[in-house]
Amino acid sequence: MPVSLIERFKSGLWKENPGLVQLLGLCPLLAVTATFVNGLGLGLATLAVLMASNALVSATRRWIQPEIRIPIYVLIIASLVTCIELIFKAWFPELDRALGIFIPLIVTNCAIVARAEVFASRNSVGSSILDGLVMGSGFALLLMAIGAFRELIGQGSLFSRMDMLFGGEPMRGMVLAENGWLLLVMPPGAFFSLALAIAAKNAIDRRRKDARTPIPRRARTLNR
Amino acid sequence: MSERAVWKSGVTLAVIAAFCTALVALTWQLTAERIEANKKAWLERSLQPALAGLFFDSSVSESMIIIPQPHNLPGKDAAIVYRVYAGETPVAALFVVSARDGYAGPIRLLVGVTMDGTVTGVRVLEHRETPGLGDRVETTKSDWVLQFDGHSLHAPEADGWKIKNDGGEFDQLTGASVTPRAIIKAIRETLAYFSANQEIVFAELPAESEGE
Repeated sequence: MPVSLIERFKSGLWKENPGLVQLLGLCPLLAVTATFVNGLGLGLATLAVLMASNALVSATRRWIQPEIRIPIYVLIIASLVTCIELIFKAWFPELDRALGIFIPLIVTNCAIVARAEVFASRNSVGSSILDGLVMGSGFALLLMAIGAFRELIGQGSLFSRMDMLFGGEPMRGMVLAENGWLLLVMPPGAFFSLALAIAAKNAIDRRRKDARTPIPRRARTLNR
Repeated sequence: MSERAVWKSGVTLAVIAAFCTALVALTWQLTAERIEANKKAWLERSLQPALAGLFFDSSVSESMIIIPQPHNLPGKDAAIVYRVYAGETPVAALFVVSARDGYAGPIRLLVGVTMDGTVTGVRVLEHRETPGLGDRVETTKSDWVLQFDGHSLHAPEADGWKIKNDGGEFDQLTGASVTPRAIIKAIRETLAYFSANQEIVFAELPAESEGE
C-alpha cells in the first residue's frame, strides 16, 4: 500500500494533475489566480467539494443505474457546492466576497464530474476519498503556484490579504516592490502563466526521461 | 428500458434529491445566523470610514432609507441613504450613489456629509476601472479619495470642483482623468442635493417599516 500511495500522490500532483495535464477546471483556474490567497481559498474549496463528492458518489454507486448517473452526480456536486458556499459566507466572508461567483461555479468544474465518473463510481469509498484528496491537492497546488507567480510579478507582493482566510487585520503580505507588471494581474496574464506552467512541466518531464534513457546526443537528433 | 426500470430510476433520483436537499437545508440552518451577522457587520464596517471623526450611535445600518427615482442625485437607480444620529439629533447622512461617467461602467460611491454640508469621507464601494490606473481611487491603493474630507458645496465654489488639469482644486490621478472627473462631479451633485433636500432625507420614517 505505501508504494501505491506514493504512486497515487505522484499521479495527482504531477503526472495526471487535473489542471496541468488534464486541463480541467480552467475557468476558475484562470479567473481567480490573481493573488496567492485567492488561489489558496478556491483550491481548498475545490478540494473539499472533490473529496465529499467522491465519497458520496462512491457510497451510492451500487444503487445508481448507469442511465441516470450524470444527473445524480450533478445533484450531489451542486448540493455540496451550495454547502461550501454557505460555510464560506459564514466563516470566511472576506474571501467569499473576493472569490465571488467562482465559489458557486465550482459546480461547473469538470475536474469534479470527471473524477466522479472515472474513479469514484468504480472504487471503494476510502479509495475514492483518497483520490479526491490527491487530485484536489494537485489542483489546489497549481492554483496556489499560479496565484503566487502572478501576484509576485504582477503586484510585487506575496501572501497579501491572507487575513481573508486566517482572520486578523488586513495585511499587505510581503511587499517586494510597490508596482508590478500589470499584465500578469489582468486576464491575459492568467493564460501566459498557465502556459508557462505547462511548458515548465513538459520541460522537466523531458529532461527526466532523457536522463533515464541515455542516448548519445547525435543519435537522438538523427532519430528525429 | 422497461417500465420497472424507469420507476426504479425515478425513485433513486427522488431519494438522492431528498437527501441532497436535506444536506443543504441542514447547512443553511447551521450557518444562517452567522451569515446574517456577517452581512450586518460588513455593512457597518464599510460605512464607518466615511464618518471619520464624528460621534454617532453605532447602528447606522438600521437607519437606511431609499430615495427612489426621480431624484437629483448621481446615478440612475434609487439612491440609498443612511441617516446618522447622536442620540436623537441627526449629525450626518451617508449617501450611496453611482457616478455614471466612469471609464468602465458606474462607480458606486459612499459619500458622508455632515448637517452643515461638509464631506466627512468618500469611499469607492464598487468600480470596474483599469487596474493600476483608475483603481487608485481605492483606499487600499492610494490616498487620492481622502482629499475631499472637509470640503463642502461652497468650499471650493463650483469651478473649483474639478481636477487641477481642468483648472480646479483637486489632485488628479496620473494616467486616469475620466475616473476622477466622474467622482468629483458625483460628490458635488450629492452635496448640492443634500443642501437642498435635508428635510426630505431626515423627515421620512426609519427603514424598519419601509425599507424591507
